[in-house]
Amino acid sequence: MKLTNLKPSKDKINTFLPLGSLFVIFAFLDVLTNTFLNYNITGFLPQTISYLVPLLLGYIGFYLIRIEFSGIRFLDKLNKNINSSNFNAFLTLLILFIIIKAISPLMNWLILDANFAGTSKDDCTGDGACWVFIKVWFNRLMYGLYPDLEQWRVNSAFILLFALVGVAFFVPQKIKKYFIIFLLFVYPFIGIKLLSGGSFGLTYVETAAWGGLSLTFIISAFAILFCFPIGVFLALGRRSSLPAIRYISIGFIELWRGVPLITVLFMAAVMFPMFLPDGTFIDKLIRVLIAITLFEAAYMAEVVRGGLQALPKGQYEAAKSLGMGYWRMNALIILPQALKLVIPGIANTLLALVKDTPLIFVVGLMELAGMIGLAKTNPKWLGMAMEGYVFAGLVFWIICYAMSRYSQNLEKKLSTER
Amino acid sequence: MGKIIELKKVNKWFDKFQVLKDIDLDVAPQEKIVICGPSGSGKSTLIRCINRLEEHQEGNIVVDGTELSESTKNIEKIRAEVGMVFQQFNLFPHLSILDNCTLAPIWVKKLPKKEAEEIAMKNLTRVQIDDQALKFPGQLSGGQQQRAAIARALCMEPKIMLFDEPTSALDPEMIKEVLDVMVDLAKGGMTMIVVTHEMGFAKEVADYMIFMDEGKIVERAKTKDFFESPKNERTKLFLSQIL
Repeated sequence: MKLTNLKPSKDKINTFLPLGSLFVIFAFLDVLTNTFLNYNITGFLPQTISYLVPLLLGYIGFYLIRIEFSGIRFLDKLNKNINSSNFNAFLTLLILFIIIKAISPLMNWLILDANFAGTSKDDCTGDGACWVFIKVWFNRLMYGLYPDLEQWRVNSAFILLFALVGVAFFVPQKIKKYFIIFLLFVYPFIGIKLLSGGSFGLTYVETAAWGGLSLTFIISAFAILFCFPIGVFLALGRRSSLPAIRYISIGFIELWRGVPLITVLFMAAVMFPMFLPDGTFIDKLIRVLIAITLFEAAYMAEVVRGGLQALPKGQYEAAKSLGMGYWRMNALIILPQALKLVIPGIANTLLALVKDTPLIFVVGLMELAGMIGLAKTNPKWLGMAMEGYVFAGLVFWIICYAMSRYSQNLEKKLSTER
Repeated sequence: MGKIIELKKVNKWFDKFQVLKDIDLDVAPQEKIVICGPSGSGKSTLIRCINRLEEHQEGNIVVDGTELSESTKNIEKIRAEVGMVFQQFNLFPHLSILDNCTLAPIWVKKLPKKEAEEIAMKNLTRVQIDDQALKFPGQLSGGQQQRAAIARALCMEPKIMLFDEPTSALDPEMIKEVLDVMVDLAKGGMTMIVVTHEMGFAKEVADYMIFMDEGKIVERAKTKDFFESPKNERTKLFLSQIL
């Protein structure tokens, strides 16, 4: 028998394909039964060899089905993407087996062996996660220390916000701008009044009691709303032809970018009040909000500047040659294009902002991750850190993924090059 | 006849390199002037000084009775009266052709939207791309883009049009459609200053030819004299090379 007979080719596809498939199928069958049914087909072999058998069989199988131009669409695609060489075949198998092996314990912990029913830690008898912890603390994770009876105020503030945003998306262009003005300049005051109370028959709730996911949203929304315009102005300022404005912008950006957020927050909460005249008082949450906003504005400025610098000089010249002054040129020609260019960078900065909010724990404010930190140290619920942080991670991921998708949609919608 | 553009002893430097040397130039209303010369001779810089895309350091430039100086108000007034067409078109890629044309009339001249759109459609029809009005610049060919850029400048109803090598970035087969529009514009009585190497166009429309070299106006002559009996040696050499 010549050696070439062992080389897979299209002529002998009827031999090689079934044989190779058999090897691959057996390899996966072995791993699957091993992981999910706890039955080792190759158990009669010594342990190390038994462990390597699927890898070896899969490898041989992948070699046998690597038939060039087989004419079978699925096979060609498979060979091209995950089985193009011996090394790739090996990596494919290794990764797939590791995923299969990892999914099983993960699913067990997350769902199959997890506990959902009950009201205390003692109800968690299984080996898996104790989701009872999240269930019992859910209210606190959402609202922080906000009094139970007043939580409808938080709900209605958010429902009002979402309703306004939702309606604003669908109303005609002409009315839309009034909605946006209302959202930017009126709603924040309604929202704050609703949450803090103190008048209109609402009892006063101090900001130290605000917390949980609602605080994550409040801080993120305010910071996003204000850091964006400030960042744009700083970016324009940094490119200004007036030296005073340019140096002030550069100084501001470099100062805030050079300091860790945690330091900024600490200073805003602890050091800043020392410089205020006696008797003046600015709420801690507001100080923190301003600190985060200015911090993120510095990053935003640099992202926007990247977009400004990417625009060809001709765009500036064309705008000028039509008689536009500085502000009209920037508002109508430059910024719409520059901001569109840097949507990915803007989304990046805003995602980082949302994920930076847990840092406010250093000044004693507790949003979602902070509340979990508090709950896991409760004597009745010790040892629940894993469940808590997995939950927090999931919630943050959902928020950030939604933002990311929105930015991608926006990019597509605004694209005018085809 | 009064002068609509007057340049007196204009000097300009890029750092230490002098790009314009003692430029004197008068343009009467409705005159068409074509500027030619080797690359780096300062032709583009000269016309860019007329609407202050470049600053001159010495001398005076007066456009339609307004002196170009540091005054932002003067600069914007002059720019609104002087249309400019660029080599690279410089259309605004985020706006449709129609919006490209109406933006400045609406925001700079404060025209109502409807009126601005009427003017825009009139000018787009004039350059024969009214059927492309709702497309974006990226969807048009080079020649169409340059014609749209001309229409955009015309929408400000300028008294003077500056053309900075308007056909140099175009494929050969598109040059004619742009030149046709410019000839039509010239016949309509527009004051035009054109930097170009299209000598056929120059012969057809120019009242005066200007030849520049090394930052100086070497020769200025009536078009016929310029091509038939150039006086300066450098002009002769240049013409022999490009004709």
